[in-house]
Amino acid sequence: MKLKRFKNGGVHPDPMKLTAGKPIVGAPCPRKVTLFLSQHIGAPAKCIVKVGEKVEEGQMVAEAGGFVSAPVHTPIAGVVKKIDLVRDSQGLWKEAILIEEEPSEEPKKSQTLGFDQKNPLRSDDQIEKLSGKEIVDIIAEAGIVGLGGAAFPTRVKLTLPPGKKADVFLINGAECEPYLTCDDALMRAYPGEIVRGIRYLMKASGTSKAMIGIEANKPEAIEALEMVTMSSPDIEVVPLRTAYPQGGEKQLIQALTGRAVPAGGLPIDAGVIVDNVATAFAVYRAVKFGEPLVKRVATVTGVDVKDAGNFIVAVGTDMNSVLELAGGIPEETGKIISGGPMMGRAVSQPDAPLMKANGGFVLMPKTDTARGEVAPCVRCCKCVDACPMNLQPYLLQILAEYELPDDAKENGVLNCMECGCCSFICPSNRPIVDFIKLSKLQLRKKG
Amino acid sequence: MSEKLTISLSPHIHNGMSTRRIMWMVIASLVPALLVALWTFGIPALIITFICVGACLLTEWIITQFVMKRPITIFDGSAIITGILLAFNLPSILPWWMAVIGSVMAIGIGKMSFGGLGCNIWNPALVGRVFLLISFPAAMTTWPAGVGAGAEMIATTGASAAPLEALDGTSGATMLAMLKSHGPEALDPDYVGMMIGNMNGSLGEVGSFAILAGLLFLLCMRIVTWHIPVAVLGSAAFFSWVFGGNPILDLFAGGLILGACYMATDYVTSPMSKKGQLIFGIMIGFITIIIRRFGSYPEGVSFAILLMNSFTPLINRYCRPLPFGEKERRAMEKRKKAEEKLLTENK
Repeated sequence: MKLKRFKNGGVHPDPMKLTAGKPIVGAPCPRKVTLFLSQHIGAPAKCIVKVGEKVEEGQMVAEAGGFVSAPVHTPIAGVVKKIDLVRDSQGLWKEAILIEEEPSEEPKKSQTLGFDQKNPLRSDDQIEKLSGKEIVDIIAEAGIVGLGGAAFPTRVKLTLPPGKKADVFLINGAECEPYLTCDDALMRAYPGEIVRGIRYLMKASGTSKAMIGIEANKPEAIEALEMVTMSSPDIEVVPLRTAYPQGGEKQLIQALTGRAVPAGGLPIDAGVIVDNVATAFAVYRAVKFGEPLVKRVATVTGVDVKDAGNFIVAVGTDMNSVLELAGGIPEETGKIISGGPMMGRAVSQPDAPLMKANGGFVLMPKTDTARGEVAPCVRCCKCVDACPMNLQPYLLQILAEYELPDDAKENGVLNCMECGCCSFICPSNRPIVDFIKLSKLQLRKKG
Repeated sequence: MSEKLTISLSPHIHNGMSTRRIMWMVIASLVPALLVALWTFGIPALIITFICVGACLLTEWIITQFVMKRPITIFDGSAIITGILLAFNLPSILPWWMAVIGSVMAIGIGKMSFGGLGCNIWNPALVGRVFLLISFPAAMTTWPAGVGAGAEMIATTGASAAPLEALDGTSGATMLAMLKSHGPEALDPDYVGMMIGNMNGSLGEVGSFAILAGLLFLLCMRIVTWHIPVAVLGSAAFFSWVFGGNPILDLFAGGLILGACYMATDYVTSPMSKKGQLIFGIMIGFITIIIRRFGSYPEGVSFAILLMNSFTPLINRYCRPLPFGEKERRAMEKRKKAEEKLLTENK
C-alpha cells in the first residue's frame, strides 16, 4: 500500500532517532522553579500571587491574560520568592515567577516526576456527563497549550469561530523533526491515555471522527495506537510516509484528508482541528485527574550525549538539570538546540528555565555546528522543488537581501512557515530562511 | 559554557551537498563522452579539450584576480565544465588559437562580464561556440578527414564544406551538413555507426550514447531533473516528424543530445519552475528543427538554446508556482463575495 504524504516538496534529513525505544524516565522533582508568564502564543498570563505567598502543588499562579492566552501553574509546593525578569533560553528578558520549596525539618524523600494513575478526580461516568463546553473550560483552566512546539492555547483551537464547522479532528504524531522522540515515546507508553484524550478533544470540538497521523518510521507507536483503537471505528491510525515536514500542520492536513488549507487561513477553514499527541495526553490528564499542564516528556539527545533519553520534566526546571539527566553537556558540544534541528532555536542560556513547549534538546558537536561556505546561487531549483508551500525561496532570499518586502509579499513570503527545507538542501549554503525571517520583519516594521 | 555555544537560526543541519560537488559530478559524467571522442578523433580531441579547459580557467583567474579583485573562484569547477562543453562543441582539428579565443569569449563575455557564476544570462560555452561559428565559419565546419560521416553518399557530389587551405588534406563532413546540401534522398545513414560514435562532427556530438549515460548518472544523483532533456528531445522528434524529416537523424546526427542534456539543463540559464522548464525545452526543440529545416545552418541547437536562455527571465515571471493553498484562498474569497452580494441584494 502506498503511504500517504503531503504533495509538494519536502526533504529527507537523516532521522537520527537515537532515543527511539528508550523508556520515559522521570526526572527528580525540582526544589525550585522559574515560571515564565509568557509560555505560549498570545497575551502573557497575569500573575495572581504575591511575593512570600505560599502555593500548593498544581496551583494556578498566573491567569490567562486574554482569550488567546493560557494560565500558568506551579509544579511544586513552596513559597513565591520573587517576581522578576529572567532570561529565557534565547537570552531575552521575560517576566517570571520564582517559587522555592520551603526547607523542612524532616529529610525529604527524593521524589521523581511521573504520570501516576492514582486518585482520579472524575470517574468515567462523570466525564461522560460533561458537556463539550465544560471540557473546553477544564482545558483552558489547566493551561494546556499545543505541545508540538508552537504552544498555541488549545482552548482557542477548540472554540470554533461562528459559522465554521470541523468534521475531523487530526492528531499529529508525525514527529518529523530529526532526533526528537518525545511523542514517539509517549505514544508507545500511553496509547490508551492518548486515545481517551482524543475522545475528550472530539467531544469538546463536536467532531465525530479523528485521525492520528504517524510517520512510518515509528512502527511500535503505530502498533500501540492501532491496538487501542481496534474497536473504535471513529478513530483511525494512519501511517504516513517519512518525509520532512510531514508534521507541519498544513502538510499533515493534506496528507490525512487531502484538503488544502487556504493560504493565510487556519485549519478550521479546511474543516479540521489539529493537535499534537502530547497535547491529547495533557488533555486526558487534565480531564481525568484535574492535573494542570506542569510536566511533559522531553527528549535530550545528541551523538555525544552519554545517556540520551526521554524524560518527564517539570515546567520551570532549569535546563541544565534536565541536560544533567542525560549525562550533562559533553565537552565537544558546540550548539544546543531547543526543539528539533530543522526548526528549533539555538540556546544561548543553558541555565534558562524550561517552558511548556520545550519538547527536546539536541546537543550538536562542534564539528557539526559550522555552516558551509556560502557560494553564489546557481539557480539549481532545489529549493523550489523542496518547498512544501510551493514558493520560490531563492527569490525570496534575494528580495529580502535587497530590502524589497513588498515584492517578497507578492511572492508569498507570508505563506512561508520557515520549515527550513530550502536552507537544508541549498548546495550553495545560502541563508535562505534567515533572509525570509528578515523579510517578514521588514514587512512587520512597515506595518 | 555559554561563550562557547554557537547561536544561529534554524535549520541547524544541512544535507551536505555543495555546488562544488555538483560541478565535479557533472565533470565526471562527461568523461564517457570524452572517451568516445578520443576513440573517434584520436589525441587531437584530448588536446583541444585541455586547451579549452586551460584557457577557461586562466581567463577566469585573470578576471577575478586583476579586474574584479575578488576571491579566486576557479576551483568551483564551473569553468572546467564550460571548457569541456566548449570543446565538445568544436571540431577536433580547430586551430588551437581559435579554441583559446572561444574560451576567452565564453568565460570573459559569457560569464564574468555578468558578474560570474550564477549571474550570466546565456550559457557560456554556447556563447563561445556561437562566437567562433560566426567569426570562423569555415574552420568551425571543417571536420577531420578519415572519420566516417556516419552516412554513405549516394549522390556523387563531394563534401559540402569546402576544405580550408590552412588545413592539410581533405576534410570530412557531418551528416546534417550533407543532409542540408543534398537532401535526404542522397543519404544512406549508418544508424549503428551513428549511435556508437562512428561519425563526423564536434567532439561531443559523436558520443550520443555516452552523453545519455552521463545524463542518466546526473538523473540518478538528482543533479538534474528529466523535464528539460525530455522536453527538448521529445519536441525535436515531434516537430521533425511534423515537418517531414527523419526524427532519428535529427536526434542523433547533430548536437541535439549534447545540447538537451548538458547545455539546456544549465542551472543558471534555465527556468526555475517545472512548467517553465517544459515550455523552455519544447521551444528549444521547436526552434532547432525550424532552423535545421528552413534556415541556412545545418545545425540549430546552439541558437535555439541561446534564444530560449534570453526568454528564461520572462518564463520565470509568468510561470511562478502557485503557493500552496492559494487556489483555495481565492475560491474562499469568491464564495465570501458572492455571499455578501446575496446579502445586500436581499436587503
